[in-house]
Amino acid sequence: MTRAILRRVGAGVLVLWAAATAAYLALLAAPGDTVDAIIGDGADSPLIRSQIIQEWHLDRPAVVQYVDFLARAVQGDLGRSYLLQRPVAEVIGGQLGPTLQLAATAAGFGIVLALVLAVVARRPWVRRLSSTTELVLVSTPPFLIGIVLLSLFSFRLGWFPVSGAQGAAALVLPAITMGLPIAGTLAQVLRDGLDRALDEPFAVTARARGLRESAVLVRHALKHALLPTVTMLGWSFGVLIGGTVIIEQVFGRPGLGQVTVQAVNASDLPVVLAVVILAAAVFVVVNTLTDLAYLVIDPRLRRS
Amino acid sequence: MTIALIRPVAARLTWRVPRPGVTAAALFLLVALTSAVWPSLFAGDPLAADPLHVLEGPSGQHWFGTDQLGRDVFGRVVHGARHSLTIGVSAIVIAVGAGILLGLIAGLSHRIADEALSRSFDALSAFPLVLLALLFIAIAGTGTTSLIVAIGVALVPHFARVVRAQTFVVRRAAYVTHAVAFGAGRARLVVRHVLPNVLGPIPVLAVIGLGEAILLAAGLSFLGMGPQPPSPEWGAMISEGRGYLHIAWWTSILPGAVVTATIISLTVAGRFLQRRFEGRDLA
Repeated sequence: MTRAILRRVGAGVLVLWAAATAAYLALLAAPGDTVDAIIGDGADSPLIRSQIIQEWHLDRPAVVQYVDFLARAVQGDLGRSYLLQRPVAEVIGGQLGPTLQLAATAAGFGIVLALVLAVVARRPWVRRLSSTTELVLVSTPPFLIGIVLLSLFSFRLGWFPVSGAQGAAALVLPAITMGLPIAGTLAQVLRDGLDRALDEPFAVTARARGLRESAVLVRHALKHALLPTVTMLGWSFGVLIGGTVIIEQVFGRPGLGQVTVQAVNASDLPVVLAVVILAAAVFVVVNTLTDLAYLVIDPRLRRS
Repeated sequence: MTIALIRPVAARLTWRVPRPGVTAAALFLLVALTSAVWPSLFAGDPLAADPLHVLEGPSGQHWFGTDQLGRDVFGRVVHGARHSLTIGVSAIVIAVGAGILLGLIAGLSHRIADEALSRSFDALSAFPLVLLALLFIAIAGTGTTSLIVAIGVALVPHFARVVRAQTFVVRRAAYVTHAVAFGAGRARLVVRHVLPNVLGPIPVLAVIGLGEAILLAAGLSFLGMGPQPPSPEWGAMISEGRGYLHIAWWTSILPGAVVTATIISLTVAGRFLQRRFEGRDLA
């Protein structure tokens, strides 16, 4: 089992390295001169240019710069923002809080709603209704859900603030907006898994022992249905990260998404790349955790 | 890593769509396509401002109301179909073309090259599409062309993975071995025998992928990365309308509803085709 875990962590490191390398190549492939990008609208003279080349080590060969980049990235130093002239780690670190808060709340809401939809709503007509709702939720652009909620509950009814991240009330609508599509996807996978598990011989055995259908469902079938659901959950963290970029814009919330959009608009590549590498890191961590969760859920996987 | 387990959402969902749903989806797509080709059939000038009728709610004359300049929102949505569908279709063409090429290369090359390519497809396809596209836009700049290429590039791994998996099966098939025995050259082998047989699932995946591309395009142009106002692109319209949400919900929500209907129709149509032609499970 230790070997299995080590192998998975190793694969994760490999993905991270690949992401960092791809990020570096992207930086090289970017059109235009790096010095121009750093200067931006600031003062420009041959002296300043040579200072920048000195400071950013732009005179060294690309390979040396690459190794240097990797070495610094390992230490958490992702370079300096062209636009803000501050370390990228600082720029991102300062905005991470609100985004993580939003993503975690949305994930929690999505999981609970999915469980309710898939486990509780099992009568045929309720199923059909919730299946249709899920299709609509999965297909609706998340920002539209956000705009509808905003229009209804903030502007019409005045229950929640229109923008910002002050207090718990400001978290409700964005979290629902991002949680709904996740709930839609998870509920479909979970219901599929439950249906399959309820057809298995062990479910028949449990019923034959005189267990109530609800007990068969919760005590026996649910565990089997969880495996694919956990996979989807790992996937939905990626969706959450991508989603925050747009949802923060809709609700005028500070956070990683705002930083990203600003950086993309200003071609502030170090910041964009750092966000991508961060997303890769989250992806690797979540997937490794997912794999470990498999071992916890399914004892059969522990043996090999 | 379980990257290989993660598939595009649309391919994972297994719900049977009832007949009327399929018909409605087909009808809607037909109307959307007609609007893209011949918008003046349904609506007048999308840029004609009318200062006397600003931000008026939906009515018999203006089905979707008017916006902050008094422009007919319905007319703009109809004309926007051309922008949004063009972006989506062009992006899918790029994604499918590059996906087929890279998938074939991976499927036909030796172990190490294949492993390297497949691992990168896996890693890339697990990434949030929005971030991949934004990375491309950060490098290439904003604008319609950049948006199209960004979405195309972000979707390449989906198609490359499927083509690679298919190639892997086909290259071991008896008819390929026979063609080799008959002395077929490498190029002829690939073009005549492998390529036609790996393309099977691609059209259906392209239909489902088109929905994803339109969703992504709307999101990115909502962020201001695509066509700029006054162009009636759907995402840009929704973004513009966001500023007037407190007094005129229709300027952003009704165009958004049309985007949603388009994506749902494409998903429904894709799933219908999938069942019809290939049985349930893909990829």
